[in-house]
Amino acid sequence: MDILIGILLVFMAMGAIIALETTDLLSAVVSLGAMGAFSSIIFLFVGAPDIAITQMVAEILSLVILIRATISRDLTTLEEDRDFFGLVATLTIIFVLLLLGIEALRLLPPFGTPIFTENPLSASNRYLNLGLKETGTASIINAISLDYRGYDTLGETAVLFTAILGALAILRVYAKKKR
Amino acid sequence: MKDLFTEDIKEQGMTLIVKTVVQGLKGFIFLYGVYIVLYGHLTEGGGFAGGVIIASGFILVMLAFGRKYTLGKLGKLMAFKLYCLGALAFLGMASLAVFFHGRFFTNFLEKLWPSGNMALFSAGNIPLYQIAIGLSVAAGLFMVFIILAVIRVVFENGKGKLITTEKEDKKSRIR
Repeated sequence: MDILIGILLVFMAMGAIIALETTDLLSAVVSLGAMGAFSSIIFLFVGAPDIAITQMVAEILSLVILIRATISRDLTTLEEDRDFFGLVATLTIIFVLLLLGIEALRLLPPFGTPIFTENPLSASNRYLNLGLKETGTASIINAISLDYRGYDTLGETAVLFTAILGALAILRVYAKKKR
Repeated sequence: MKDLFTEDIKEQGMTLIVKTVVQGLKGFIFLYGVYIVLYGHLTEGGGFAGGVIIASGFILVMLAFGRKYTLGKLGKLMAFKLYCLGALAFLGMASLAVFFHGRFFTNFLEKLWPSGNMALFSAGNIPLYQIAIGLSVAAGLFMVFIILAVIRVVFENGKGKLITTEKEDKKSRIR
């Protein structure tokens, strides 16, 4: 199981390197899509099918939009040199995050044990024990996101609505009244 | 289905093989998206993933058949109305709970008809929320794609101008 996830991670890294180093934009977008597909398979193997569905579908949608944006604008190759200061800043940030990540990974409990269940009054204990009885749904994820914490879902819907309203307000073709 | 092969739709979109395959496949994609939305309280998925699947189905039809056929089926104004309907239904059901129990987001249908039997008609308000979210996400994402695909900025005399690329595609130089 770990070997399988390791092989898929190696493929993901290969896809990312190909996306960076090729000069044809269409190949870069397609290898980004391959990276997203492998990530979705990894999610399936560690036991999160919800995230796997959402990752796969959002990946396909953003790929299609990116392909449509790159092909139809006559911009199929990219010929710029890389900036030196940007390279140094990127490497520094990645190195610092790697150090912090190794330290944080050392302190985590083993994979599969819940973190906050030592306290019997915690929220996650209540959701796990009384979830089916109070909300009546079998899927605890949807019960939390729409019954216990429904206000956050309302905020998310409001953010989507505001973004689309903003895009429509800027891109109106018939903005002025005809005289 | 006879209107699919008129002259002006024949020259838009992709080849005949792609059109025939998509013609048979678009119903199943739509049905799969609706299944994930409706069974959101039992299996994984729910409103967001199902809405994205339905929007992807519509985008596939637009890529295969061209702009004119797809905008005839679901235009920009109708998509915006469906989106507003979904968002208003979500907010309306949440506000209706104030009259029943005094708090903003309570699951009032679950308290009226309690059920934990994992059937399709169970869990109170949650399937209705999923349907509202699925409708609004599907219509919203399709509308984003229409905006990206139909409207372009064209530079004429040094100033930017927004055109819809149906009539003026051949005359202006698109940057």
